Amino acid sequence: MELLIFYPLAGICIVLALGVVINNSPVNSAMSLIGMMLGLAGIFILQQAHFIAILQIIIYAGAIMVLFMFVIMLLNLKGKGEDDSWISRDKDLLLTVLSSLLAAGVLYKIIIIINAGDFNSPALPPDSFGTVREVGTILFTKFILPFEMASILLLVAMIGAVVLAKSKVD
Amino acid sequence: MEMVPLTHYLFLSATLFVIGVVGVLVRRNAIVVFMSIEIMLNAVNISLIAFDRYLNLHDGQIFSFMVMCVAAAEVSVGLAIIISLFRNKPTINLDEFNIMKS
Repeated sequence: MELLIFYPLAGICIVLALGVVINNSPVNSAMSLIGMMLGLAGIFILQQAHFIAILQIIIYAGAIMVLFMFVIMLLNLKGKGEDDSWISRDKDLLLTVLSSLLAAGVLYKIIIIINAGDFNSPALPPDSFGTVREVGTILFTKFILPFEMASILLLVAMIGAVVLAKSKVD
Repeated sequence: MEMVPLTHYLFLSATLFVIGVVGVLVRRNAIVVFMSIEIMLNAVNISLIAFDRYLNLHDGQIFSFMVMCVAAAEVSVGLAIIISLFRNKPTINLDEFNIMKS
């Protein structure tokens, strides 16, 4: 049952991630990325991480992607981004092939390392695993300091964004 | 009920991460490069949550929560930088920017 849900979701996620890289128009890339985020939320639910799945939808698919779309629309990028077809850039073709080879090598190495590990005998977690109550209890006791530091980080990022987007580079 | 082995989640995570790396290396559109970085962060989240369930802890979920915070901060500052650069020079092709080169 779980396998039956996992493989279609994983396939959709990989196809949409490839769509982000391959699409020429940034709007299409952003749409693919939203789809990928939703698919990943499904995978998180499959792994009993319900709280993180909801956060994935709210923060990534909701807030971050809306910010991306907002900037794409704001900048009005028609003809100012890349050339029409990024794949037929003759100038960087060698670089593209080399980087793809590098990526394939990295993937091959990672798969070898994963296969070398001993990951059988998974312990089945209890039903309450990953609920908001469980995650919240740990978040506000064991991880209270990182939580507060994350709020400071977000405050600094907000101030930085306001300062950067206001001033002019010259 | 048949469970998905941990390695399959790790394979999915590795594949998505490599797709993100290729996006960063190959594309020259600054916004698409940012989206590829988001793909990489999400791939790491899959690994964290898979190990989290495998080890029966909640620490991995807290870690992925922190990754989401950092991603939100990174995107807001990064897009502000892109807007600021676009004001300076009306393009987001990364090959066009060499203002740090004296």
